[in-house]
Amino acid sequence: MSVAQASGGQPGTMERDSVKDQADSYVTDDGRTIGPTVMEMKNITLRFGGVEAIKDISFDIREGEIRAIIGPNGAGKSSMLNVISGFYVPQEGEVWYKGARRPPMKPFQVAQQGIARTFQNIALFEGMSVLDNVMTGRLTQMKSGLLAQSLWKGKAEREEIENREIAEKVIDFLEIQAIRKTPVARLPYGLKKRVELARALAAEPTILLLDEPMAGMNVEEKEDMSRFILDVNDEFGTTIALIEHDMGVVMDLSDRVVVMDYGRKIGDGSPHDVRNNQEVIDAYLGVAHE
Amino acid sequence: MAKPLTRADGPQSVPALLHRNASEFANAPAYREKEYGIWQSWTWSQTRDEVEALALGFLELGLNEGDFVAVIGRNRPTLYWAMMAAQMAGAVPVPLYQDANAEEMAYVMGHCGARFAVVGDQEQVDKIIEVQAQLPDFERMIYLDPRGLRKYDHSKLDQYSAVQEMGRANREKHIAELEARQAKLNYDSTGVMLYTSGTTGKPKGVVLSNRNVIETAKSSSEFDNLRRTDEILAYLPMAWVGDFIFSVGQALWTGFCTNCPESAETMHVDLREIGPTYYFAPPRVFETQLTSVMIRMEDASRFKKWLFDTFMAHARKVGPAILDGKKVSFMDRAKYALGELMIYGPLKNTLGFSRVRVGYTAGEAIGPEIFDFYRSLGINLKQLYGQTEATVFITAQPDGEVRSDTVGVTCPGVELKIADNGEVFYRSPGVFVEYYKNPESTADTKDAEGWVATGDAGFIEEGSGHLRIIDRAKDVGQMADGRLFAPKYVENKLKFFPNILETVVFGNQRTECTAFINIDLTAVGNWAERNNIGYASYQELARHPQVMDTIQSHVEEVNRSVAEDEMLSGCQVHRFVVLHKELDADDGELTRTRKVRRKIIEEKYADIIAALYDGSKQVSTETEVTYEDGRKGSIKATLEIRDAAVQPTSHKMAAE
Repeated sequence: MSVAQASGGQPGTMERDSVKDQADSYVTDDGRTIGPTVMEMKNITLRFGGVEAIKDISFDIREGEIRAIIGPNGAGKSSMLNVISGFYVPQEGEVWYKGARRPPMKPFQVAQQGIARTFQNIALFEGMSVLDNVMTGRLTQMKSGLLAQSLWKGKAEREEIENREIAEKVIDFLEIQAIRKTPVARLPYGLKKRVELARALAAEPTILLLDEPMAGMNVEEKEDMSRFILDVNDEFGTTIALIEHDMGVVMDLSDRVVVMDYGRKIGDGSPHDVRNNQEVIDAYLGVAHE
Repeated sequence: MAKPLTRADGPQSVPALLHRNASEFANAPAYREKEYGIWQSWTWSQTRDEVEALALGFLELGLNEGDFVAVIGRNRPTLYWAMMAAQMAGAVPVPLYQDANAEEMAYVMGHCGARFAVVGDQEQVDKIIEVQAQLPDFERMIYLDPRGLRKYDHSKLDQYSAVQEMGRANREKHIAELEARQAKLNYDSTGVMLYTSGTTGKPKGVVLSNRNVIETAKSSSEFDNLRRTDEILAYLPMAWVGDFIFSVGQALWTGFCTNCPESAETMHVDLREIGPTYYFAPPRVFETQLTSVMIRMEDASRFKKWLFDTFMAHARKVGPAILDGKKVSFMDRAKYALGELMIYGPLKNTLGFSRVRVGYTAGEAIGPEIFDFYRSLGINLKQLYGQTEATVFITAQPDGEVRSDTVGVTCPGVELKIADNGEVFYRSPGVFVEYYKNPESTADTKDAEGWVATGDAGFIEEGSGHLRIIDRAKDVGQMADGRLFAPKYVENKLKFFPNILETVVFGNQRTECTAFINIDLTAVGNWAERNNIGYASYQELARHPQVMDTIQSHVEEVNRSVAEDEMLSGCQVHRFVVLHKELDADDGELTRTRKVRRKIIEEKYADIIAALYDGSKQVSTETEVTYEDGRKGSIKATLEIRDAAVQPTSHKMAAE
């Protein structure tokens, strides 16, 4: 698939519209293998005081797929992502990961389980170089203790070299070699987004959560980012769950789409199904809510 | 030069040179490339093994003697090896410009009938797949970077490392054949075929023999005393003859190390890390670097700025003289030494030029200010004049005889003559064999005695014996009143201003000269930023009244300077327009080496040219543009046409 096609020029033509729901694993039209369910959300309800941000939502994410969560502003998309990443603990419902129920845990524990994320409003260490930022993505994998690391002996040294190698491969993959030593604060917005993706990738995640990876980007930057998302999915087989506003991008990139509105799930299926779902159309075009 | 030109005992082919280096300098570094943030290096013997493995793989895939192998990608050791491996297998390497679009590639690959292609990445693979149907001879593609290619049909597609593995596994089967093929190579066999950039019409395939490559590499290496310990940075297009001679010819002959940058964007950082001792760049690169230095100095603190200005003024005064070994007073030397400590040294380090012993610029005229800036810092920057058909070298400036307005004296083994119409002809061991499948053009360019027409008009300066180039012979014309019209001469003067990136001057068979101008977005953009002038696009900045005023003052300054030259005073620019888009190779307006294609521009912008001559104050136009990925779009704009003041001239030329 070319960049041009991923850019959303004619969203109708490249939609992935053949989802085989029942099969354990299947092969998509463009030759990727989608495996069995890796994560399942069962009847999740999340409340902030009296506000119900998420109301009884269930859906699953399959291994190797690109799963999009869309919806109008305030629909609860980011809250949903925060539930997946362990930042919010839902009042009701269960999160199943790799075939087991996940007990409430700290975000860093979730990260150690292989779930990495990027943020809607970039959360990088502005004063640190790109390389150092990417290296922080490796932190959860480090095993050597504080003492060993300060003395820079044995295991600590080996680990650092291994981690640097992984970080460098990610830098090479995302083509940010030229800014390797540049402090993040000096980078333009589009590149910062890419650095954030690099940091998430450095953790070698099983599931990658992207919170509006294209927000605020121009067409060219969006094309680049789409390309990278597809490449990550293709090269490393990483499962990707993303929130995105740009419909063209979502329809082109994702295998399956969950649509949320006012905390409820109003649609779930292939981009094609979702596009033709009356409730989804209403939510986007604005029909009066009672 | 006592040695005979053809030496029966010496290596007579590129692979033979490689074998010599692999045994003589076995453990010296031959190629380096920065990957994953680390400089990876290969010694000469490792290089030989890598090349041999690939060549054996080629045989396994069925490459025949005399086949053409297209090589496309950015500068990487693996691609240089691919060229050598093709030669080992008795085939002819044809490097192509990596930024060429699919159509251009189809032409070149179809013209030579390439059966194999070795390419860098998915982008190149896609381009070739796109045009594959037009290439009946094309069979197999070998790629370096597997990214994104996993799901492609691999029946005719192989990964580079897999081909090498294949070669290593089948060594016993093919090694005898490979050695036999190498033994057949001699001075007369084809070493490489390079396509000219094609300023006019289709590119032509220049066939260069091993004699051309080796003799030129040898004499030019001796001319500049290149050593085995030298380092170069290979970053110019591999399809350009210069890169082939520097990174393959001279590198193999002297055994120096070729370094490849990590990516095009990291070139400046990599340059600094390597600190090459032998460096080549077109004027544009030097210009960009100088512009960025000046922009950064504008932002420096006042003391630093003062320090920089003071010492640079001193450097301009005595630097070139010190470099040339001329007499300079003790006080001046002492002050220069202080400057070296405070300004010149750190600046050279930042630019990556700390260790440059021999630096060349060529391809275009370089602005005297730019040239002097680098020389005054103590960088031995020189000019050379050459072309693909000569295997680069025609003339070059020897150390101590460097000036910005000449291109030097003849290189060893080169003879020069100037025809009656001013066109420069040369004859040398580097003269190309022929244009592939194009005997007419060959006959037009090269006569029976081996003299080659350069297509440039010039003269040899009395006394110094230096060659001076005026313009392309084809472009030199006459104005309506008979005065001489040399567009390049004026264009170069205009381009010496940092604000002007590109310009095209018109006036052949017309009463007065007019010009298209492209602003330099870096320089003008920076100026706009410092003066709080907002702009959203190139187009908007280009038509800003203050930008127009600045450009107008530049044009008028050039007019004053042109008027001083009696012969060319007719070439003053009367009216000009700042174009709404940059001239671009993707639109066919420039060649891949960024030379202006006048005819195409004249046709494409006929409406604007008409407006330049009919006295109108503005012109509305719509231009088609091609994006890098081949899609097309269009830009609409209304352009302001300005009149520039011209100096009165005596119409002596016309009267005569």
